[in-house]
Amino acid sequence: MDELLRILEQNARETPENIAKMLDLSEEEVLRRIADYEGKGIIRGYRAIVDGERLDLNTVTAVIEVKVTPVREDGFNKIATRISRFPEVQSVYLTSGSFDLLLFVEGHDLREVANFVSARLSTIDGVLSTATHFMLKIYKEHGVLMENHDEYERLKVSP
Amino acid sequence: MNTNASKSVRSKIARKVLDLPRSGIRDFFEIVSTRKDIISLGIGEPDFNTPWHIREASIFAIERGATCYTSNLGLLKLRRGLADYAQKTFNLHYLADKEILVTVGVSEALDIAMRALLEPGDEVLYHEPCFVSYAPEITLAGGVAVPVTTRMEDQFRLTRSALEAKVTPKTKLLLLNFPNNPTGAVLDEAAARDIAAFAIEHDLIVISDEIYAELTYDSAHFSIASVPGMKERTVFMHGFSKTWAMTGLRLGYVCAPPELIEAMMKIHQYLVMCASTPSQEAGVEALLNGALDVHKMRESYKTRRNFIHTSFEEMGVPCIRPLGAFYAFPGIAQFGLTSHEFATRLLDEESVAAVPGTAFGLSGEGFLRCSYATSMEQIEEAMSRFERFIKRLK
Repeated sequence: MDELLRILEQNARETPENIAKMLDLSEEEVLRRIADYEGKGIIRGYRAIVDGERLDLNTVTAVIEVKVTPVREDGFNKIATRISRFPEVQSVYLTSGSFDLLLFVEGHDLREVANFVSARLSTIDGVLSTATHFMLKIYKEHGVLMENHDEYERLKVSP
Repeated sequence: MNTNASKSVRSKIARKVLDLPRSGIRDFFEIVSTRKDIISLGIGEPDFNTPWHIREASIFAIERGATCYTSNLGLLKLRRGLADYAQKTFNLHYLADKEILVTVGVSEALDIAMRALLEPGDEVLYHEPCFVSYAPEITLAGGVAVPVTTRMEDQFRLTRSALEAKVTPKTKLLLLNFPNNPTGAVLDEAAARDIAAFAIEHDLIVISDEIYAELTYDSAHFSIASVPGMKERTVFMHGFSKTWAMTGLRLGYVCAPPELIEAMMKIHQYLVMCASTPSQEAGVEALLNGALDVHKMRESYKTRRNFIHTSFEEMGVPCIRPLGAFYAFPGIAQFGLTSHEFATRLLDEESVAAVPGTAFGLSGEGFLRCSYATSMEQIEEAMSRFERFIKRLK
């Protein structure tokens, strides 16, 4: 992967001026490349990684396994897209194994998620069955450890 | 009563130890450790954690009971891994059973090599500015330390002519450290061949501390031991500390002709028996599955190297482009302060810690070692504070 993307993945707020210095490029070149990545849809957006637990939002996230009937010539695409359009659905993955689609669904409370599964998801044509797992705790998200582990402190000066 | 007692103890301490200078780093460390909220560019170790799979392998080894001694030479599977690694990475061919010795870091390797080779009065050429241990190690082993200055105008490269000026019939060893701490200079192939010819002509043994070998940014590392005729006279030293961010695990190794390994092994077995077993197990895992870790860390250091070097250039502070290791060594003579004064004021006024060049030998006067083994945010902030500081000095 391009080093520029790696830097932005680590810290999307890094300034073009600093990135230019890090990559031995001009600032204009950095801005041009970022615009290019954005234009091509390689960079899809920039967002903060929020630790929801600290905000006491009391939202509920469920991981839902869905078995569906694939359709001739389209496979899973149509039904996956259909499910993806629900705003409460955060992520949708097609997976191999004992089920087909893996969803991450967020709601304000248990009832809302339960309602989504029973009223909306299960009733979609082609959905054969669902298995809902409620998420209890997040240890790591987007490559970031969510709990503060005491880092072992390095010496401030060493040879 | 107490004073008298301490006086009498002092009178019993060996002269050569009393005469050893205190490490300049340690002096500075003691000043820094009293301060809070400083940004440190003084760190001589990777800022990465040891990759988890390596730590996990070591934990697993402890669970299995790998807490007993190993062979004095080190675990055979580790030495086999090292033989493969040295061949693939440095084009060096060593036999696992008699040409490789696993040590407690390169520090131990240096000590036992000096002690195995030096007779009282033998001279050792080494280049300076350099890592803090070299001159004391030479002295403790009974040798005479003969520094050869490398200069900023030569990009801190070691030249044959500088060595020729200091070699005498008593010279027995040449000690090299490239990529270099603190200058960031490397030894390219042409220079290595030149110095190899010098060593052969004067019949010297070369001790080559290549602990930063994987951390070169613009060209691959070249090992002097790979020059024809050099393996026979080179003591190659390398370790896991910088490559896999394993400093505290204290794991290094030394490769040399069998007779010399045997000689060093004698000292090693009486001194430490063997390197720590869980650390050796960690080393096996690093060699087996750690290639990607090295790649990632190198790429990250490289962007920081670029950043810090360009920052100094933009400020008008002369600094060679560091080609290896993770230090920038800017020249600060133009500000009319000694390295120590500069570093102390930078710490007092801007809370930025960088090590005075004199910690690395007298020829480090006029320079400052700035480690970029710290996060980008810290480096960015340190550079803007540095700039503010020198504007006030001008």
